[in-house]
Amino acid sequence: MNQVTHKARILIAKPGLDGHDRGAKYVAHILRDAGFEVIYTGIRRSPEQIVAAAVQEDVAAIGLSVLSGAHIELFGRVLELLKGRGASDIAVFGGGTIPPADVPRLEAMGVAAVFTPGSSAASIIEKLDKITAVGA
Amino acid sequence: MTDSQSVSHAHKQWEDKLVNKTIARFPEREKEFTTVSGVPVDRLYLPDGVEDGYLDKLGFPGQYPFTRGVQPTMYRGRFWTMRQYAGFSTAEESNKRYRYLLEQGSTGLSVAFDLPTQIGYDSDDPMSAGEVGKVGVAIDTLADMEKLFDSIPLDKVSTSMTINSTAAILLAMYIAVGEKQGVPPEKLEGTIQNDILKEYIARGTYRFPPKPSLRIISDIFAYCTKHVPSWNTISISGYHIREAGSTAAQEVAFTLADAICYVETATKAGLSIDDFAPRLAFFFAAHTDVLEEVAKFRAARRLYARIMKERFNAGNPKSWMLRFHTQTGGVTLTAQQPDNNVIRVTLQALSAVLGGTQSLHTNSKDEALALPTEESVRVALRTQQVIAYESGVANTIDPLGGSYAIEKLTDQIEEQAMQYIKKIDEMGGMVHAIETGYVQRQIEESAYRYGQSVEKGERTVVGVNKFQTDEAPNCEIFTVPPETTKKQVDGLKAVRDKRDPRKVEQALAAVKKAAQGTDNLMPVILEAVKAYASIGEVCKTLQEVYGEYTESFN
Repeated sequence: MNQVTHKARILIAKPGLDGHDRGAKYVAHILRDAGFEVIYTGIRRSPEQIVAAAVQEDVAAIGLSVLSGAHIELFGRVLELLKGRGASDIAVFGGGTIPPADVPRLEAMGVAAVFTPGSSAASIIEKLDKITAVGA
Repeated sequence: MTDSQSVSHAHKQWEDKLVNKTIARFPEREKEFTTVSGVPVDRLYLPDGVEDGYLDKLGFPGQYPFTRGVQPTMYRGRFWTMRQYAGFSTAEESNKRYRYLLEQGSTGLSVAFDLPTQIGYDSDDPMSAGEVGKVGVAIDTLADMEKLFDSIPLDKVSTSMTINSTAAILLAMYIAVGEKQGVPPEKLEGTIQNDILKEYIARGTYRFPPKPSLRIISDIFAYCTKHVPSWNTISISGYHIREAGSTAAQEVAFTLADAICYVETATKAGLSIDDFAPRLAFFFAAHTDVLEEVAKFRAARRLYARIMKERFNAGNPKSWMLRFHTQTGGVTLTAQQPDNNVIRVTLQALSAVLGGTQSLHTNSKDEALALPTEESVRVALRTQQVIAYESGVANTIDPLGGSYAIEKLTDQIEEQAMQYIKKIDEMGGMVHAIETGYVQRQIEESAYRYGQSVEKGERTVVGVNKFQTDEAPNCEIFTVPPETTKKQVDGLKAVRDKRDPRKVEQALAAVKKAAQGTDNLMPVILEAVKAYASIGEVCKTLQEVYGEYTESFN
């Protein structure tokens, strides 16, 4: 019944101090169901830890979940560290409690996609298929 | 034929003749109706002999097993405490919001701290980058706490503080502010959340491993029993378990299993149950499925009373009472069509009141997008006031008691919760059930099932998977002032420059010594905060002894 094909490897990460992990775990679960290989970091990782894990695990994309309002700082730091390590080919996407006005700002910083509350699983999977296909 | 036989005979006839005929022409909306937690809901509930077991199962308000409420007159005496959770940016900014809420008719304060404060990092710690003042107010030292409660007399207000791994430090600061205002500790009223187990399960602001964390909690129980007798020393919380995705029955079960663990820890430490149990408080969520929620609160009260009396042999009726705060469900708020959230919050608040809550926080409509604006907070508070003053539901006690549906759902939730508690007992208790990930997995599976039911359209969320519009949310968004971090870091530096470094050093050494031994930690932490030691410094000292807890990759 499950026609699962091998898809890209994705790191789902919780940067900063925020412990709300329902969304991160849910997205990890639906991406696994859709055939992606998913590594979930658990909560409270520093951007340094996240980027190190992403490079070491050779992932195609990093999904960041932030509900504390620290998204501009934390997404920015992850993008900066990826650049510093010459790993900007790793796409960054994310979601959480993100005010609508901040979405274009994050996109301008280089975030490939922002999924706010209410995004459907289908829309997330479709977008990630595209994002990870570019790098492949 | 007895009464119940004739009812059941008539019921069968009604099903056969009337219902089936109707369904043949007009099918029902669903094949199976369920609560939002997935519990089947019958077409009609009938008398099931509840009158026979009335005294045992329901009893009277203010009497064991408290199914109908913990006070003899409930809201006919006075309404629940209207307590809005608030805090952001610096102490000065939050102090303004508290004074506004009190002017608007709030009857208690509820302090939200930022994440660095909750986990024990100073505002200038690299771990705090981006988080200072974001989800709550930043507190580094007693100087901040003095500003937070400026012109708010601590003998006139009750204050709830959402603080867990660093609860001992914040409580010590509150006691110290009270002393400066001339209010002795025995006159302080309020609550610290102090529920570390649910932090490992669902909320995530732990710092130390479970064992030393439980020891700190026992120290707080012992200290407050003697010195701060009107303080609620813990608020055992199902709220965050529910927010993380549990069902209603799991919320009750895991919360009471946490309570069992705290009671066992404290009694093992030599405390007498009737000395500390009357100060244990609870905190639950209220979701939109009104009947299930009302039943949940009633089931939780009855089950807790039985556990305290029968399992722990508590003798003081106050030890049997489950007193609780309620917050409406944050996860039920939608970013789409935010105005609809006002209606959701109204239903949720109503269920909390029909369920007999002691205090209530109503969420604001914009909270799926950001922290709430002052205007949306006012609407949330007004929602409670309309329920209290206009709806009439507060005029009689437990108004849904005796409803066939409510009584049956109450029994079912109690039964399901007992099954989980039994399973956790068999696993060796809650700490073990958490360490093996059992509890977290149960919650995650429930969250997944719920998410899938919405994705597949089996469950409707108005404005999200049905009745959508293309309009962008049209509401004002609150933003934390960008200069917050700098202000906070500068303030901390000024305190460090001004304080007596020798006093700080000595006080921290005393904290370390107590942590290594068995002396109660509260008096030494109180001395440390009075010397203006920072939260980060006290936590680093404790961490040197206790180590740090972290979650693993998976």
